[in-house]
Amino acid sequence: MKILAISGSLRHGSYNTLLARALVEEAPEGVEFEVWDDLKSIPAYDQDDDVVPGPESVEALRDAVRNVDAVFFATPEYNSSVPGALKNALDWASRPLATNSFRNKPVAVIGASAGMFGAVWAQAELRKVLGAMGARVADVELAVGHAMEKFDEDGHLVDEGIRDGLREAIGVLMRTASPELAAA
Amino acid sequence: MSSTAEQTGVPTGTWNADPVHSTVSFEVPYAANTFAATVPDIEATLADGKLTGVGRVASLQMKDENMQAHLQSPEFFDQERHPEVRFESSKLERDGDTVKAAGELTIKGITKPVTLEGTISGPLVDHFGANRVGLKLETVVDRTDFDMNWNMPLPSGEGALSNEVTLKADLTLVGQ
Repeated sequence: MKILAISGSLRHGSYNTLLARALVEEAPEGVEFEVWDDLKSIPAYDQDDDVVPGPESVEALRDAVRNVDAVFFATPEYNSSVPGALKNALDWASRPLATNSFRNKPVAVIGASAGMFGAVWAQAELRKVLGAMGARVADVELAVGHAMEKFDEDGHLVDEGIRDGLREAIGVLMRTASPELAAA
Repeated sequence: MSSTAEQTGVPTGTWNADPVHSTVSFEVPYAANTFAATVPDIEATLADGKLTGVGRVASLQMKDENMQAHLQSPEFFDQERHPEVRFESSKLERDGDTVKAAGELTIKGITKPVTLEGTISGPLVDHFGANRVGLKLETVVDRTDFDMNWNMPLPSGEGALSNEVTLKADLTLVGQ
């Protein structure tokens, strides 16, 4: 099973990018993670530019999503919501709605923040957006609050409880993606 | 062979829906009125007094194409994993022109008991010599019973979409 990991943050050393990296480290046997890290190259959505084919970076994102079985998001929270860059990328990816690359795609959302709540509101909003796009949203929530305490100076996730949560979240996403696994 | 002998009972024999003259639809209260969708690709059979029907979610039509896509997505019907909606009744109960069909409705893989009620006309012989029965049936279901929980709060605090959905089947059945 191929899973695409997307961090919603552009910042070098972002906690969410580090969380996505830890997610990749926890991949069980049979799961191959790919990382999409080209968020900064997506232009601002403009319907005038929404032609076929779309901008190169947008088409690359759409292809990356089409080529995997599921997608994992690690999102920060800006002003109680999804970061603009990530929402903008999804607005591009969602077009046209009926055939967009996220349609029926199993997705999961986790998040980290410097504050105590672990981006729970951004996670909820991101799930809402993904559902509206037609994605198959897995029942996953992992909120990593006080993120600066959870990673060492090399950016390695040192909290074993969160690592357990990541493994569990991957399992839920796998079962969401594969009804046969869920029934087993 | 179908029987047309008695117009006060439930027709015996086998009767299949004429898809051109049959419509399955649903309506949801919205603002001052309702909005509706149809499911054109259907099959329905009345056999030995029991009505069965299948609707294919891929054919679902609404006037708003984005809403149509949303209704087919996992948040609503989940067309990819649950391509069909089914109804199977026990024996229809007819009283004059009124009819009742108690049965089981399956949407999104979830089966619930429902009772469709409405009117029945015929059997009668149409202009081309075919035996026909008309059924107009409807029931109200709570969409959240079928794992369709999507909603958005309006500024007033209530949800944008009602949970109560009226299902309608207007069937012309032809004797086989």
